[in-house]
Amino acid sequence: MREVSVQQADFDIGAEIAALSTGDVAAGAVASFVGLVRADELTAQELGAGDAAAVLSMTLEYYPGMTESALEEIVAQAKARWRLRRVRVIHRVGRLLPGERIVFVGVSSAHRADAFAACEFIMDYLKTRAPFWKKEETPHGSRWVDARETDDAAAARWG
Amino acid sequence: MSIKVLYFASVSEALGLTAETIDLPTEVKTLGALRQHLGVRHPALLTTKNLRAAVNRQMCGWEAPIAEGDEVAFFPPVTGG
Repeated sequence: MREVSVQQADFDIGAEIAALSTGDVAAGAVASFVGLVRADELTAQELGAGDAAAVLSMTLEYYPGMTESALEEIVAQAKARWRLRRVRVIHRVGRLLPGERIVFVGVSSAHRADAFAACEFIMDYLKTRAPFWKKEETPHGSRWVDARETDDAAAARWG
Repeated sequence: MSIKVLYFASVSEALGLTAETIDLPTEVKTLGALRQHLGVRHPALLTTKNLRAAVNRQMCGWEAPIAEGDEVAFFPPVTGG
């Protein structure tokens, strides 16, 4: 099974979660995370415009080739740290609307602690190491999303 | 020395450019030197806060060497997930 996909299309959460343990009787745990587009309210200052406005859509840009290999490297690191059975990472790109899914991370393992930890680790590393860039669009203009220090701190705690 | 340079996200937008192939003077041997060299034509490369770069699709520090045929990319901090 392919571990990493970068795609415009949506994914089927149920099918992806099921595939993590189908036919694998040694798997005792599956943990997953789904990230969604939020309709954040941006201030006038954040927008550099006269009025505050809600996010209407988000466009994700990536670096074809590098993004996939960065995600594969993160999965390899997770496998080196925990005893994992299967891993699946899907990240969408292009224009997405509030409520749409952006990212899926699913991990199976014999016991839950490995699956929980690896799932969180993969998301924390993805946030700070995989080349994706988000641009938020509102009725009053658009802006590139700033990287957050809290994401750096979340990744740093894994050592 | 000829290399390919890619620009992404806010950096690409500021430059109005997504990619270019450039001939480098021989004294430009590192990523940091390349940034300074290109910064003469593309000031956004010098003013972008926390600019990041990759050589041959690997995230690298400014001391990283560059060589003939390399693919170099400049971009802002990543914001996926």
